[in-house]
Amino acid sequence: MDILLDNLPGLLIAIPLLGAFLTPLLSRAGDTVRNVWILLITALSSLCGLLVASRVLETGTIVYTFGVDTISQVIPPDSGGIPIRIIFTIDPMNAFMLIIAAIVGFCITLYSISSMEKLSGKDGFFTLLLLLITGVYGMIATGDLFNFFVFLEISSLAGAALVAYRIDKGVAAEAGLKYAALSTLGGMLFLVGVGLLFAQYNSLNMAVIADRMQMTGLDIIAFVLFFTALAMKCGAVPMHFWTPDSYAMAPSAVTAFLVVSSQASLYALFRVCFTLYGGQINLLTVGWVIIILGVLSMFIGVTMAIPQKDVKRLMAYHAVSQTGYMLLGVGVGLAALSSTCLSQSVGMMALKGGLFHIMNHALYKGLLFLTAGVIMYRCGTRNLNQLGGLGHNMKWTMVFFMIGALAIAGIPPFNGFASKLLIYESTFLFNPLLAVIAMVVSILTLASFVKVFHSMFMGPKLPEYQDVEDAPRPMLIAMGILAVLVILFGIFPQQVVDALVAPAATALIDYQGYISAVLGGA
Amino acid sequence: MIDNLPFLVVAITILLGLYTILLKKDLIKIIMGISLIESGVNLFLIALGYRWDRIAPIFTGAPSLAMVMPTVQALTLTSIVIGVATLALLLSMVMIIYRYYRTTDVREVSKLQG
Repeated sequence: MDILLDNLPGLLIAIPLLGAFLTPLLSRAGDTVRNVWILLITALSSLCGLLVASRVLETGTIVYTFGVDTISQVIPPDSGGIPIRIIFTIDPMNAFMLIIAAIVGFCITLYSISSMEKLSGKDGFFTLLLLLITGVYGMIATGDLFNFFVFLEISSLAGAALVAYRIDKGVAAEAGLKYAALSTLGGMLFLVGVGLLFAQYNSLNMAVIADRMQMTGLDIIAFVLFFTALAMKCGAVPMHFWTPDSYAMAPSAVTAFLVVSSQASLYALFRVCFTLYGGQINLLTVGWVIIILGVLSMFIGVTMAIPQKDVKRLMAYHAVSQTGYMLLGVGVGLAALSSTCLSQSVGMMALKGGLFHIMNHALYKGLLFLTAGVIMYRCGTRNLNQLGGLGHNMKWTMVFFMIGALAIAGIPPFNGFASKLLIYESTFLFNPLLAVIAMVVSILTLASFVKVFHSMFMGPKLPEYQDVEDAPRPMLIAMGILAVLVILFGIFPQQVVDALVAPAATALIDYQGYISAVLGGA
Repeated sequence: MIDNLPFLVVAITILLGLYTILLKKDLIKIIMGISLIESGVNLFLIALGYRWDRIAPIFTGAPSLAMVMPTVQALTLTSIVIGVATLALLLSMVMIIYRYYRTTDVREVSKLQG
């Protein structure tokens, strides 16, 4: 038992990876066997994620080295003080992201087992889904730059293949091609950056590089490359054009997890800014760059969302806009922490708001995409002009949609309000104009979701949807879990912030702690 | 000068790839551009590991301890494998697109707008 517990970070990757490649084999034995297998695998890997996260939050950073006899042997004695093995470093920030991925990963698998029931090609679909989950776990847990690149590519390839999975007269393949081409380009930029750092510091370990960082010209080039690649992958505005296409064309359960995958890139962006270049970088400049990206994403995302007729495309543009909030919160955090005239608490508050919003976004956006999937599953269309009066028959879906919509608009007592309030308060102290923009964007979000709600659920019953049923039970349970969490996080925000978000924010700015956790105080 | 020659080649390859991606209108050519960038990056990694007057990184029977750095070669191997997978995925998507649209011109493959 102890061996299992000690090797949890390794199992986190091993279980879904093994599960993915055994899925095609097991589905020979029938659909029921495969469904049970997939549920078992995701339940186990989610459990692993939650256990690792809880251990980290209890005892502090876990450094897990692959292929050693004793777990504590991070630096081999004959290596001259360099960790040369592959290392997973999980500090409270990673734990925070792991919790998100574990919760959403379980819900979408439960959901897609039911929503894929009538469709063909399930073996490949579930294999790719498990690979996507593996990739995201790996991106979050790894402490090694090249390893990060490998997991980034795993999640991008699986994601692109899933976006194009339902070919849909070639349109989905078009979206998938866009996603795949852009991820590859981003991955290559990232790899050049890794090469530049490796050439100077002879290591791929993030902690070692952060420790030795000199901030030469090459380092700045590498920083720009990392920043561009990761901003591209998380869908910040100048590079957001792939998000609406691929989020809209992917099967809904996959979209809900693609959101988490984008946020794993966002996490990596913060990790590069705070930890890798933590001691050396000009925080004010980088903070303002992130703020400007955030404000642009918020505003352009929401204005593009309003005229959309395809409900998933509309939600995808909102995802861009919500990414803007996270960037704004963390950017203000960076800028405020560096300035001397503002108190540090403002910066911490903004940072907490930005990070808390990541978690809330994954929950309510996942919920919204899943309700859109139910509409697609039952009615066969996503066009708002053709839908109407669904509220008479799909009561639960309507309730879940309402919860998600109110949360994304930042209405109390749902979780979106809690994190947005933190962002408003802190940005107002930093720069009132930013807070005003954030509030206007919230109002526009509410406006567009009122429109969606009205045209989907309200009005008289349409003849073609006379006896449409509500979603099957597994889909309702999956959405129910997310909805309950959305409400709970809205009612008890202080407890969540204290337990999860505050340690994450502290760990993110404490780059010295990260370095000494790996190098053992050397 | 001769030391930096590989890096010059890397820069030229990557720039050619970027040029192809940005200015060509054919999907196959765009994928060729992506492939060019991949080759450039791989060459960059290999060039980083190479040192003048060093021997191959095979430990048994090495005359001195000055070896070419083996880490980047392992990285490049991984990166080549990933590149092949990406290329296969991209090309299969172009195949599907060609089957439905009967063209690989980016100006005509654009049903997803707005």
